[in-house]
Amino acid sequence: MLFVLRWLGVVSAALAGQNAFAALGDVNMTVGVTPISQEVYGLHMLIFWICCVIGALVFAVMFYSIFKHRKSKGAKAADFHESTMVEIVWTAVPLIILVAMAIPAARTLIAMEDTSNADVTVKVTGYQWKWHYEYLDSGVSFFSSLDAEHAAARQVGSGVDVSQFEHYLKEVDNPLVLPVGKKVRFLHTASDVIHSWWVPDLAVKKDAIPGFINENWALIEQEGVYRGKCAELCGRDHGFMPIVVNAVSEEEFDAWIAERAPVETMADAGAQTVAATTEDDDADREWALEELMARGEPVYAAACAACHQANGQGVPGAFPAIAGSAVVTGPVDAHIKTVYVGVAGSAMGSFANQLNDVDMAAVLTYQRNAFGNTVGDTIQPAAIKALR
Amino acid sequence: MSTATAEHHDHDDHHGPAKGWTRWLYTTNHKDIGTLYLLFSLVMFFIGGGMALIIRAELFQPGLQMVDPLFFNSMTTMHALVMIFGVVMPAFVGLANWMIPMMIGGPDMALPRLNNWSFWIMPFAFLLLLSTLFMEGGGPAGGWTLYAPLSLQGGDNLAFVIFAIHFMGISSVMGSINIVATIFNMRAPGMTLMKMPLFVWTWLITAYLLIAVIPVLAGAVTMLLTDRYFGTSFFSAAGGGDPVMFQHIFWFFGHPEVYILILPAFGIISSIIPTFARKPLFGYASMVYATASIAFLSFIVWAHHMFTVGMPLAGEMFFMFATMMISVPTGVKVFNWIATMWRGSMTFETPMLFAIGFLVMFTIGGLSGLMLAITPADIQYHDTYFVVAHFHYVLVPGAIYSIMAATYYWMPKWTGNMYDEKWGKIHFWVSTVFLNVLFFPMHFVGLAGMPRRIPDYSMQFADWNAVATIGAFGFGFSQLIFVYVVLKCMKGGEKATTEVWEGADGLEWTVPSPAPYHTFETPPPIR
Amino acid sequence: MSESDSNDTSTTLGIRKAHLTLSGKLCLLGIGMFGFGYLMVPLYDIICDITGLNGKTSSVAVSAPRSDGAAVDRLVTVEFVSVVNSSAAWSFKPTKTSMQVVPGRSYTASYEVVNLNGRPAVGQAVPSVAPSSAAKYFNKIECFCFTSQEFDTGGRKEMPLVFFIEEDLPRSIDTVTLSYTYFDTGEPVAVSLSDS
Repeated sequence: MLFVLRWLGVVSAALAGQNAFAALGDVNMTVGVTPISQEVYGLHMLIFWICCVIGALVFAVMFYSIFKHRKSKGAKAADFHESTMVEIVWTAVPLIILVAMAIPAARTLIAMEDTSNADVTVKVTGYQWKWHYEYLDSGVSFFSSLDAEHAAARQVGSGVDVSQFEHYLKEVDNPLVLPVGKKVRFLHTASDVIHSWWVPDLAVKKDAIPGFINENWALIEQEGVYRGKCAELCGRDHGFMPIVVNAVSEEEFDAWIAERAPVETMADAGAQTVAATTEDDDADREWALEELMARGEPVYAAACAACHQANGQGVPGAFPAIAGSAVVTGPVDAHIKTVYVGVAGSAMGSFANQLNDVDMAAVLTYQRNAFGNTVGDTIQPAAIKALR
Repeated sequence: MSTATAEHHDHDDHHGPAKGWTRWLYTTNHKDIGTLYLLFSLVMFFIGGGMALIIRAELFQPGLQMVDPLFFNSMTTMHALVMIFGVVMPAFVGLANWMIPMMIGGPDMALPRLNNWSFWIMPFAFLLLLSTLFMEGGGPAGGWTLYAPLSLQGGDNLAFVIFAIHFMGISSVMGSINIVATIFNMRAPGMTLMKMPLFVWTWLITAYLLIAVIPVLAGAVTMLLTDRYFGTSFFSAAGGGDPVMFQHIFWFFGHPEVYILILPAFGIISSIIPTFARKPLFGYASMVYATASIAFLSFIVWAHHMFTVGMPLAGEMFFMFATMMISVPTGVKVFNWIATMWRGSMTFETPMLFAIGFLVMFTIGGLSGLMLAITPADIQYHDTYFVVAHFHYVLVPGAIYSIMAATYYWMPKWTGNMYDEKWGKIHFWVSTVFLNVLFFPMHFVGLAGMPRRIPDYSMQFADWNAVATIGAFGFGFSQLIFVYVVLKCMKGGEKATTEVWEGADGLEWTVPSPAPYHTFETPPPIR
Repeated sequence: MSESDSNDTSTTLGIRKAHLTLSGKLCLLGIGMFGFGYLMVPLYDIICDITGLNGKTSSVAVSAPRSDGAAVDRLVTVEFVSVVNSSAAWSFKPTKTSMQVVPGRSYTASYEVVNLNGRPAVGQAVPSVAPSSAAKYFNKIECFCFTSQEFDTGGRKEMPLVFFIEEDLPRSIDTVTLSYTYFDTGEPVAVSLSDS
């Protein structure tokens, strides 16, 4: 059966695949780079051709009748209106086709669910609107969100010609790096609403549900960059939380982990940086206003602009403005608390686990002194550190 | 003597329609109420269609040109709610009101006053729903499926939406009770169940589905309401609830709902094809059984909407097999229609064109549905434009085309005038071409990896999205032809005969055109 | 004439009664189905309990295993995972990220939680097990997830978990992941409800 699947997959790729439709852009499911994705593709093409054959037969009979049995051609209506035999046949034949279809589908399904004997485990947590990855074996963890240039270009009326980006909306700041030839197990969960982590080339799509954990796996056979998207509507920026998987050789992967592991595991698990990872993160020293402002701007773009907008004006009724906000221009403590703890019962979650001390201090300072706000003070990283 | 007494008894029933606009407010006449439902549905069709055009306009090119993503999300949400609850369901109820009493030889609906209420609830429900668009924070933006916890995150529009759904639900359930009571109690003597036209049969089954599942939806949204405002935690993991449970309850309603939107269409097509093939419907009994088995199966396949939430293997297998089973009775129906056409003597007036359009494109939608049933493949298809293409193929050329076919088919009986055949045919061909330009490319972008419900997309999807948008505007504006034909037909035109169509068979074709305000006050003889 | 007339009236009455009976029954069906919507809540929990749907573990403590696992010849890896729900600020981490266990023997693990909310707060951990088919073999003798915890501002707790995995855990499962998501459930009620 598998042979038939593969064979059909190959034939159909030749028939309907990239060559024939190359000029028309992508029109079919990707074959992907894992054994499962190839099986899924085979199933897809098999059922597709079965449907085509059924459709062709049905339409052939129908259109033959439409052309032949028309009154204008002098057709006289016959009077038959029942035939138990015929009814039985066209109930039974589809049933047989279905059973034949169900067997390979069930086999693939069983393979998809087998997450045992994994070499690498990655916990993937959905946030509004970014992903957080954590390699359970080494403790390396980071956030991954839409690339800043894309994020700026995709604003309403940005005036940027987005066709200049080869992978528009499919580029992130920190891609997920995975080794090829290893069984990677994914654990999916979410921190606020339901998301769904989908990389077509891996044939992995699993809902990330707050409070629950789901599993999936992939064995990538080919080095390369594979891109995906969030597939479950998760709010305003659902379309803007892409996934980029960088599949590298095992050695490269090990080196990449080794390079990050010591730094990342020693830092507080919550203290990840959204904007950049290589900057000075000394929370104990005194920071100047200019320093914090410069640091705060990209953090704002990455962490706040999705809701409060790049211009700080918010979305009336949905997301409050930063410009002229009573909270932002008011007492320091209340402002810190709003960002650090969040606002219960609203889309404003806690950023305590999403921003490190310096980034949070910087973005708070930035908010107090940008968009026409002129409070003039700074919030020092030490003040945030003291909260932890 | 008897006439006088009868007149005394049924005072309302013996004069024509009241004068002035209050006629429409107070009417208990099934034909008036049917007209109200149909006109309401037509208005909502343009509102929902306008939302679709906003969506397609934003998706014409990559990049965000026009609307905020949040507003975009509320457009997709509202488009679905309006089209499902405001267009397809009321249109079917309107057709049921007009046709069921005439088809079974009854004088009116069983519960005329209830009938009046069930219609007049609808405008209020939709005022409530649409008003959220003008509120601070905008309309609901969590998708028509209202998945928790996202739907709980929004503003107070949720409460409005939930009450609107409650009102629509009450209206539908009341309407359904009325239809079941009419079918069981108002049939002319001799009109046995197995002699009823298929439209009546499919509506009977639909009505039962509605009574069974609308209250489940009501329960689910009430749980959302109490979760949001009264501190319960049905769907919050923190309080011991489970967001996935919402999806189970919702789709327990949602899948039968899908068949609520298509079963009456099967009935309509089963009326039209025999008329224009001049040949009785093939396999009447098997059509009835197929409808009933589709209705039954619709209760045990809901989780195929949720293959990615993480179900046990056995659950995934069960729902895959059960879903595939549905294609068997559906296939039987399609085969029966073709067998009805086979060796008939066909003519192709507008209703027949729409019926054939239904047959071809519904089959395409049905086949992509079969593909979606294959769980491993569905994991790639799920929540992509492939799904969007699938359900639009079964709903637009399915449900909507059947409603248009029905309108063209019965309009001469309603108005007494023939519609303009030339413009009817133009309407069909223009709609059909644009419809395929609109929805067919969605299969491509979906398979290529474009998720649904996104306001902006990557460059690789740009070409086909532009094509789809052109199709959308073409399809949207070609519906103005429909309005023109309907209005023209209401105003005048060639007088329709009693029989209207050469091959027409059924009690509705035995009363004069236009159908008198009251029909079959004395039951007609049944062959 | 008058006979047919009275006949007419009685049929009208008869039909009216038939309408009322039928619509009454249909109303009951509708109300019943509304109830069924709510019935699906406990029903769903039962199904989850039986099948381990969603990886829900039992929310009640069990007594210690009968055997000591001496006869078991295999090890199972148990991974501990933590998630903090973004509704509030907490630090929540397992003290050990994984351990090798012998099915049938009981083990102790713990999580550390810190209240970062700048106010007294109550938190609740929600467990979930992957693969979900392992959930029903995962037994907790003692777990902080059975109740919620109250914290002072900045309060810190190390919370224990005593568990064992049943010996008949299917051999195809070699790793069991236990995840806790920490939710904020608001501020403590001023007057403690539980005097115990």
